[in-house]
Formats: sequence, C-alpha cells, structure tokens
Amino acid sequence: MLELSALFHGFAVVLSPFNMLLMLIGIVLGVIIGVLPGLGGANGVAILLPLTFTMPPTSAIIMLSCIYWGALFGGAITSVLFNIPGEPWSVATTFDGYPMAQQGRAGEALTAAFTSSFVGAFFAVLMITFLAPLVARFALKFGPPEFFAVYLLTFCSFIGMGKGSPFKTLASMMLGFALAAVGMDTVTGQLRLTFGFHDLMRGFDFLIAVIGLFGIGEILLSMEEGLSFTGKTAKIDLKVVISTWKKLPAYWLTSLRSTLIGIWMGITPGGATPASFMSYGVAKRMSKDGGKFGSGQIEGVIAPETAAHAAGTSALLPMLALGIPGSPTAAVLLGGLLIWGLQPGPLLFVEQKDFVWGLIASMYLGNLAGLIVVLTCVPLFAAILRVPFSIIAPVIVVICAIGAYTVHNAMLDIWFMMLFGVMGYFFKKLDYPLAPLVLALVLGDRAEDSFRQTMLISQGDLRIFYSNWLVGSITGLALMMLFWPVLSKVIGRLRDA
Amino acid sequence: MNDKDRSGEETGIPKRTVEVAVALLLFTCGAIVVFDSHRLGSSWGSDGPESGYFPFYIGMLICLSSLATLGQVMFAQWRDRKTTFSGAVARRRGLFVAWGPLRQVLSVLIPALVYVLFVQLIGIYVASAVYIALFMVWLGKYTWLRGMVVGLCVNTGFFLMFEVWFKVPLFKGAFDPLWWLGF
Repeated sequence: MLELSALFHGFAVVLSPFNMLLMLIGIVLGVIIGVLPGLGGANGVAILLPLTFTMPPTSAIIMLSCIYWGALFGGAITSVLFNIPGEPWSVATTFDGYPMAQQGRAGEALTAAFTSSFVGAFFAVLMITFLAPLVARFALKFGPPEFFAVYLLTFCSFIGMGKGSPFKTLASMMLGFALAAVGMDTVTGQLRLTFGFHDLMRGFDFLIAVIGLFGIGEILLSMEEGLSFTGKTAKIDLKVVISTWKKLPAYWLTSLRSTLIGIWMGITPGGATPASFMSYGVAKRMSKDGGKFGSGQIEGVIAPETAAHAAGTSALLPMLALGIPGSPTAAVLLGGLLIWGLQPGPLLFVEQKDFVWGLIASMYLGNLAGLIVVLTCVPLFAAILRVPFSIIAPVIVVICAIGAYTVHNAMLDIWFMMLFGVMGYFFKKLDYPLAPLVLALVLGDRAEDSFRQTMLISQGDLRIFYSNWLVGSITGLALMMLFWPVLSKVIGRLRDA
Repeated sequence: MNDKDRSGEETGIPKRTVEVAVALLLFTCGAIVVFDSHRLGSSWGSDGPESGYFPFYIGMLICLSSLATLGQVMFAQWRDRKTTFSGAVARRRGLFVAWGPLRQVLSVLIPALVYVLFVQLIGIYVASAVYIALFMVWLGKYTWLRGMVVGLCVNTGFFLMFEVWFKVPLFKGAFDPLWWLGF
C-alpha cells in the first residue's frame, strides 16, 4: 500500500489554500472554455500555459489539469441544452441529451451527464493511482530501443485504430514529425529545413500549432456552419438531482462497461471522442431499450459521458508513467512539464514525488469540485452561449493571438498560428486527423533521439527491435496495430468461411 | 459567383479539386524534406547517423502517403463514372464548400489576417480593440458605440491582466501607440 501513503502525501500538497484556489479557477475557466466554440481543452490549456511559467510546477499542473476536467464537463452543457457539441467528445451526448431537453427533462439529462462524467473519471483516476506507478517501475528497465518501440506502438495505433483513411492519418502524422525536425538538430547542431531563415531556427512550437489548428480552424468551421444558438433553459435544483441520482444505480452495468471502454481507449491513444461513440453504440446494442435510443433515453447520456471522461482522464496515465501522451490535451500538459524543467518519463515517479502525487490527488478533488461547480452553476454557463457569436468570435481570435504570442514573445508565431488555422480548416474538412499531427510534433524530437541512440547501439541494424522479448513484443504489437484493419478483415473472412 | 446554378442547385468548390490540391501540396512538402535531408546527409557519418537520417524517411513517408491519397481520389473518380449519382445528391457529396458558406469563412479569415498585420504595426491591444469593434459592427450589425465599448473593455481587461498582474508584456507594435502608459 505504498501508493496509498503517497496519495495521502499528495492530498497534503493539494490542500493548501493557494492550490485549492487555483483548482477552482481552473475548473471555472475550463467549463467556460468547454462551453465556447473554438476554444477547447487542448488549445485552452495551450493558451494559458505561458501564464503558469512563473508558478511552481505542482500548482501550475493542478490548475491546467483542472481546466481539462472543466472542459470535459463543459462540453455536456452545450450538447444537452443547445444541441451543439462544445467539444468533439460530446457529440454522442447530443443524441439523447437534446431530446431529453426538448421534453423538458434538461435538468435530469445534465445531472446524469455530470454524475456519470464524475463516475468515469473517478474510476480512471483510481486506475491511474494503482497502475501508473507499476507501469513506471516497469518502464525504468526501458532503454532507447524499448522507448522507440513504445513510440512506434503509439503512432501505429493511430493508423490502425483511426476511422478514416490510413494514408491521411500517416500523412498528417509525418507532417508533424517533419515540422518537429525544423530548426537546430540537437545532436549535431546542424540547421535543418530552415532555408536560411533565422526565425525558423527555433522550430515550430506545438503550442502554436495547437492554438491555430484547434482554435482558429474551429472558428472558421463554425462560421461556415453559420452558428446561431437557440437553446433550452435548464435549472437544476436539489430535487431534480436527488431524483436523478436515485435512477442512476439501475444503470450500473452501462456505467461499468462505458468506464472500461473509456479507460481502454484512453490508454491506447484512441482518445475521448471515439470512446464516447463506441460506448454509445455498445450501450445501444446491449440495452433492452436499445430501440428507443435517440428519443431521450437517460442511458444514452450516461454511456458516452462516462466513457469520454474515463478516456480523457486515463489519457494521462501514459503521459505520467512513460512520458507519452494519450491525447492532444495530455500532449500540451507534457509540453508544460518540459517548460517547467521536469523530465517526463518513468523517472518522474522517483524524482518528483510531490509533483506526481499532487497531480493525482488533484484529479480526485478537481473532479469532485467540478461536479459541484457545474451542478450549481449551469444557468450561468449556459448564459455565456447566449452572447452572440459576432462578439465571441473576434474575442476568441484575439485570445488565440495573445496565446500564440506569449509562448515565445515572437510576432512571427501569430502568423504561423493563422497558417495553422487555415491548415486546420482544410484538414478537418478533408478528414485528415489532427491529433496524430500534434502528438508527432510534441514527440518528434524525442522519438528521433531514441531512434538514433538505438541505431548507434546496433550500428544501424534494424534487427535490434527484435533483439529481446520485451522490445520484440512491443514492436510486434505495434505492427499488429498498424495492420489491424487488414488483419481484422482477414480474421472476419476466415470466420465466415 | 452565383450561389445557385440554372437548375437551382448549390454550387461551390468541388471536393475532389481540394483533395487533389492538398495531396499535391503535401507531396511537395515531403519532397522538400527529402531534398533538404539529403543535402544534410541522410546516411551514416563518421560518428553515427547524420542529421538528415531520420527526416529523410519522414519525408519519404509524406510523399508516399500523399501519392496513395491521390491514387484513392483518382480511383474513386474512375469508379463514380460507372455508377453515376445524379442531381443534388452528387453535388452535395462532391462539394468541399458552397460559395455562400465560403463567403462567410472568408469574411472572418481576411479580417483576421488584416488584424494580424495591424498587430505587427500598432501592437496587440490597439489592433484588438479596433478588430473587435469592426467585427461587431460589420458582421454583427451592432452600433458603433456598442462595438467600441466592448472592444475597449475587453482589451482594458487584457491589459490589466497581462501587463499589470502577470507582468507578461505583449507585443506593442512597430509604432507603439500606447507608449504614454509607460509599460
């Protein structure tokens, strides 16, 4: 029970007034970010990251991760009340959430959504508490070949598990790696892909890419759809909360299933969005009221929300234990670690106990605080969406510009942000996935370093990736993930024959 | 630019054109990466892998995957020739963006680019205030007074937050119009 005492130590770190205040600020900001179109978990955290440079790392990560929880909660509000998913992972929540709101059961839908979000997150944090130290301890044995194999696994699962064209996923991912290579080569000191421009020496910062791709790109998309918000109103009082809570235990099996789906999709970099769709689909198939899904079933709200929150939370496990983020937002948090001077990876659990356990403890408290905040302040947050888009849109563009500038105090970055914004618009419309690009941009240098080190060890022999059972099985798993679409077809055909 | 053609259907930029253009652009990017990596040395130097060793293959993969996408688009076009959808369905499926929504997008994008240009000249605060006010008046049909009040308030808030509280100086522009504030 080493973990429990470490966890209590973590609670002691979090329960200082300053950290509690930051937690609350983070949650409220996060919900606002989640409610607003064009601002999401990833770019919200990216924009606020420069403001935390002067804070102690533990306080900074508590605030930023709470923004993330807040954004996860906030997505549900717009889905249920306005039929507009504030975040991609809350699309599935609209299917049954909005019909419920139309029937005047908005309070019930929101209570169910928030509570199941909390349940999903809680179990995911529980899993992180006990599994992450184990994974980290195991990963201490890893050398460069093993680490490169884990990177390979991460990126191969994007290609194999992605919904769209694998070639587009590959192109987007490799573009991320290429952008990461721009600038000074850390090993030889040579300038790569700068073509004589001194400003390119710094390379492309992934924060700029995140702000542009997700922020500006999203604004352009929203503008194309010609958003007008006409929504339902909701008031949540204690009576609704209690009557909904009484109904929820009946759906324990759905919750459990959704939690498991979410945790699995979060650790493998599937992410919250596919997790929520998958969970909704499975719940629809398994439920005895499956036929009624889409007409305002409370189960149809519980399933996607539980899974999305479980996935969003467990995406932090590989980030903490291995230094490999499971989602774009986790990638931004990882970027934060580097900026605060912490070296992500398995050693974090040994060298930065306060930081790691403070973060884990803040996940418990942050989600609880989040649940209370959203249950009590829904009308307030819904009011934000009634501010017309023609005021919100320019303000968000300005916020993005400020966020891009503060990363390096470089004007050129604002231009890059606009470029990434246009790119995000095109990529989204043509189904090029953005998450692999961002992850490749974050991990590019480190993946390259581990590959080069491996090649140095083996003197350029690729067979090193099969040299022992550990690296061999990770590489094997990676290749299996890569060819999964082909493999599953073959297996299906064999079964039919 | 008519939004509708003679039969009353929406017109716009065909999806296939954009699909091909993006794939070609990606291919060009990949080729640039390959050539620059080759210039730096993409093989084995005296002390291990050279600088271009890793990016060389990255560039190759960009080229290959964009060619594959290009192939898929071409194949789909060839296949669709046999089973032709007709009328609005085909149009709807085939459009990247119709002219109407495109105008909406450009009406945000172009002012945003002009805004960034003005940030370069007169700094973030003044440019942002003007941008928010003009956006509200032009696209939101608000009165000038309202636009200016919102623009000023938002940016005063930002100014206090960044310059005063967090002590993070933002870009003041080539011709700093706020020099008299002393920040």
